[in-house]
Amino acid sequence: MTSAQFEIQLIASLVAIACAIPGTFLVLRKMAMISDAISHSILPGLVVGFFITQDLNSPLLILFAAITGVLTVVLVEKIQQTKLVKEDTAIGLVFPALFSIGVILIAKYANDVHLDIDAVLLGELAFAPFDRLYYGTVDLGPKSLWVIGGVLTVTLILLFAFFKELKMSTFDAGLATSLGFSPVIIHYGLMSVASVTTVSAFDAVGAILVVALMIAPAASAYLLTTNLKRMLGLACFFGVLSAISGYWLASFLDASIAGSIATMLGVIFLIIYLFAPSKGLISVLYREKQQRVEVLLITFLLHLKNHSEIEERHVNHLNEHINWQKVRSKTVLSLALKNNMITIENKVVSLSEKGEEFTTKAIDYILTNEDGLIEDMKEDFFLFRG
Amino acid sequence: MGKIAVKVDDLTVAYNYKPVIWDIDLKIPEGVLMAIVGPNGAGKSTLIKAILGILKPIAGSVTIFDKPYKSQRKHVAYVPQKESVDWDFPTTALDVVMMGTYGSLGWIKRPGIKEKKSALEALEKVGMLSFKNRQISQLSGGQQQRIFLARALVQDASIYFMDEPFQGVDATTEVAIVNILKELRKAGKTVVVVHHDLQTVPEYFDWVTFLNVKKIATGPVKDIFNDDNLTKTYGINYKVSIQK
Amino acid sequence: MEIIEYIKLVFSDYTLRTITFGTAILGAVTGMLGSFAVLRKQSLLGDAISHAALPGIALAFLITGTKDSNVLLIGALISGLIGTFWIRGITSKTHLKSDTALGLILSVFFGFGILLLTFIQKLPNADQAGLDKYLFGQAATLMESDVWLMTLVTGLCLIVLLLFWKEFKILLFDKDYALTLGFNTKLIDILITSFIVLAIVLGLQTVGVVLMSAMLLAPAAAARQWTNSLGMMVFLAAILGASAGFFGTAISATQSNLSTGPVIVLVASVFVLFSFVLSPKRGLLFKQIRLIKNRNDLELQKTLAFMYHIVEDHEDISHPHAIRILNNFQGYSRKGLKKLVDKHYVELDGEMWSLTPKGFEVASNLYNQNQKND
Repeated sequence: MTSAQFEIQLIASLVAIACAIPGTFLVLRKMAMISDAISHSILPGLVVGFFITQDLNSPLLILFAAITGVLTVVLVEKIQQTKLVKEDTAIGLVFPALFSIGVILIAKYANDVHLDIDAVLLGELAFAPFDRLYYGTVDLGPKSLWVIGGVLTVTLILLFAFFKELKMSTFDAGLATSLGFSPVIIHYGLMSVASVTTVSAFDAVGAILVVALMIAPAASAYLLTTNLKRMLGLACFFGVLSAISGYWLASFLDASIAGSIATMLGVIFLIIYLFAPSKGLISVLYREKQQRVEVLLITFLLHLKNHSEIEERHVNHLNEHINWQKVRSKTVLSLALKNNMITIENKVVSLSEKGEEFTTKAIDYILTNEDGLIEDMKEDFFLFRG
Repeated sequence: MGKIAVKVDDLTVAYNYKPVIWDIDLKIPEGVLMAIVGPNGAGKSTLIKAILGILKPIAGSVTIFDKPYKSQRKHVAYVPQKESVDWDFPTTALDVVMMGTYGSLGWIKRPGIKEKKSALEALEKVGMLSFKNRQISQLSGGQQQRIFLARALVQDASIYFMDEPFQGVDATTEVAIVNILKELRKAGKTVVVVHHDLQTVPEYFDWVTFLNVKKIATGPVKDIFNDDNLTKTYGINYKVSIQK
Repeated sequence: MEIIEYIKLVFSDYTLRTITFGTAILGAVTGMLGSFAVLRKQSLLGDAISHAALPGIALAFLITGTKDSNVLLIGALISGLIGTFWIRGITSKTHLKSDTALGLILSVFFGFGILLLTFIQKLPNADQAGLDKYLFGQAATLMESDVWLMTLVTGLCLIVLLLFWKEFKILLFDKDYALTLGFNTKLIDILITSFIVLAIVLGLQTVGVVLMSAMLLAPAAAARQWTNSLGMMVFLAAILGASAGFFGTAISATQSNLSTGPVIVLVASVFVLFSFVLSPKRGLLFKQIRLIKNRNDLELQKTLAFMYHIVEDHEDISHPHAIRILNNFQGYSRKGLKKLVDKHYVELDGEMWSLTPKGFEVASNLYNQNQKND
């Protein structure tokens, strides 16, 4: 691996981590689409900053764009407050407008200067190693590395300093307020960090990838854990994994690095979406199938308990009375028999002793939700695993 | 004993495969004004929605006048909770009430003069005729509830299901609605209401059903609205003095 | 090129006519269908679908080797639909919320699309310039066949809309109630969603994937401010959408180097801003004016009542008093005083004021009204 290759992967990984952190909170706070809004709307901020400084590499650009990011959030909220349109609509109106302004400004006035649309969308990771920072004659490394490194450091500092507040205001805003933490400050603080991160990542990876890096790793992590610390860690891990594997994919295909990383983010999410232990699609479908049968079983047993008349308990009658198709009844009947919950005599079904006990416990649990009552049944029944 | 308007057998509804109502057996005679009461989460709204086919039950069946519900829709009118709708929707009070005629029109056919007349009459009955062209977001809670009621009245059904119609309405509206309900009963209609206020049950209704996931009891108010059933349903000691 | 020249050209030049007509039709259909998306609280779904369509376009090219827009749009349709279903799969089967699902599918599919586009760029005989236009749209590349397709779809959409108008209305407003009336809500739902997806896919050529969501939302959001009738809203949204398309294309054509997408979106956004501020019923400007007027009226009433209070014990109600004594009163202002004079409730003489008989009567009515209210 050449040093240029290494540097690119390093930058991409740092960007991934820097995005994963605010991204986790955005996903938890159900504000994922704000990242989409911010990444589109900082464009005019960047352009205006460029007009003023005439320098693509000025740190002022980051400031301008970050301010625009926060302004966007404020604008969206102001519009939502007027109640003239719904929340989502406000977002969907603001960012295309701002983005269009940015695109038009670039096309009209900055077309010759390196600030072109492709770069906006894709970033220029491939060129990052060539834009280096020099202190005198000492090569300090690619400029992007320093920028994103700086942003990441600040983000980490803020994360550690305000972890408690962030956690509380995300999971229990009411409690946070009553304890004196201002959720408003946390909110705008988070938005500012997201904006600054978006801007600095923009340069390297472009608008769309920033959104993907903020949301996808966090979403994947969320399917594996609900513990905040673990979620942050996993999100960073998935981000870095996608960054590195994306880079190699891009090399292989000779295509956009940003696009490849986004693709790998998608692949990782797909895998987790399908195979995550308890929340993955396959687990969920299996569990739902089990629960379906169990509910039918309990319904059936309860029915037996409530109706002592023989006509109600005749095997054929059960179908019409409870209104199940023949197939369902058969499955449930055999399941009940297998578990010794019922006995069948002359085509009339009756609850066995075990069945009686079971139904009583089940009903009590359902009515009172007291876990203690069904401890011994949790093993066998998905339904009771909460 | 007259006809049975609504017969529910073994109705069980689960949400995310957790049962919300179990094995409900219910016979609602024609012509009663019945309250369904129970604590929060008892499944009252679920019961109504399952009867009306909005939620699919896991087990059980519903018949209206001895025929399956699906073929008897024209006999049944529904007044949902007013919170279930976005009142900022661009439409007027009259428009909403006219929606009650859509069922009898079927697909594609547009409401005409006859439908408009029914809608205006219904609006008048609930005292909202002067508001007919008002945008619905400009209506108060009580006024919105009346609009919903008018929409159901337009259907001229035999059975009315209402979900918490007295929740969040002013005193005048409450009186107006009770009077309409009593009129409906006098006209031989059957009215079933999910009700949140135990205090007013004996005054407004003649039948009551106690529900808490399972059916606790059902019958005439004078017979079963007592401390025993209240405790069974709500779990704490309720002392109620019943106006005779 | 000047605007005037442009308009003249529209009538004379065949190509320009085609393009203008095409974008106008597109604006109309996205405006109409956008109304439904907005009312169904699915505003950002359009954004997700349009971004998700990108890989489909690239893959269609890779597989078939043709840049025929019909083929590419089928690819867009398929991948857009896959994206939509996956979003639903995420929100229904996991505890991830819809905003996460939308943002995820949007960015990941789009990234994949970009990957494919840049890959195609490197292929030997692929002239990728044609595919680029789907990012920000380029109405100039619209062909007559495209416009025919759009007109057909719009016509179809209109017919379905008119036929099933009441069904759409009731489904949007109160789905549960519609079910109890016996309507097959699932069918209507699928119909609406299909049309929205179709409109998005067709619109990609003029506005591009990045900005499509605005074309769905802006005309509808603007139209909503001017009317309280669903029908009028949909109609207005169509008009505003068409205008945005027309003017946007015109403006971008008179400038060089400008994609049509951003300009159309900007025009539509201006409509929204205009509507938000200036609409008589809901607009912010008039709301503010009404607020101020109400406040002023109240101040006037209070001043008049105060004056009444001063004079009521006098024998002669027209007995003049110094303006000075009003100065400390909270509701008093010189302007208010002048208004009272204009209404002939009060007469001024130098630094003295006196209540006219008319003023006295009005004030006493007010006063008694207030007493009653207390």
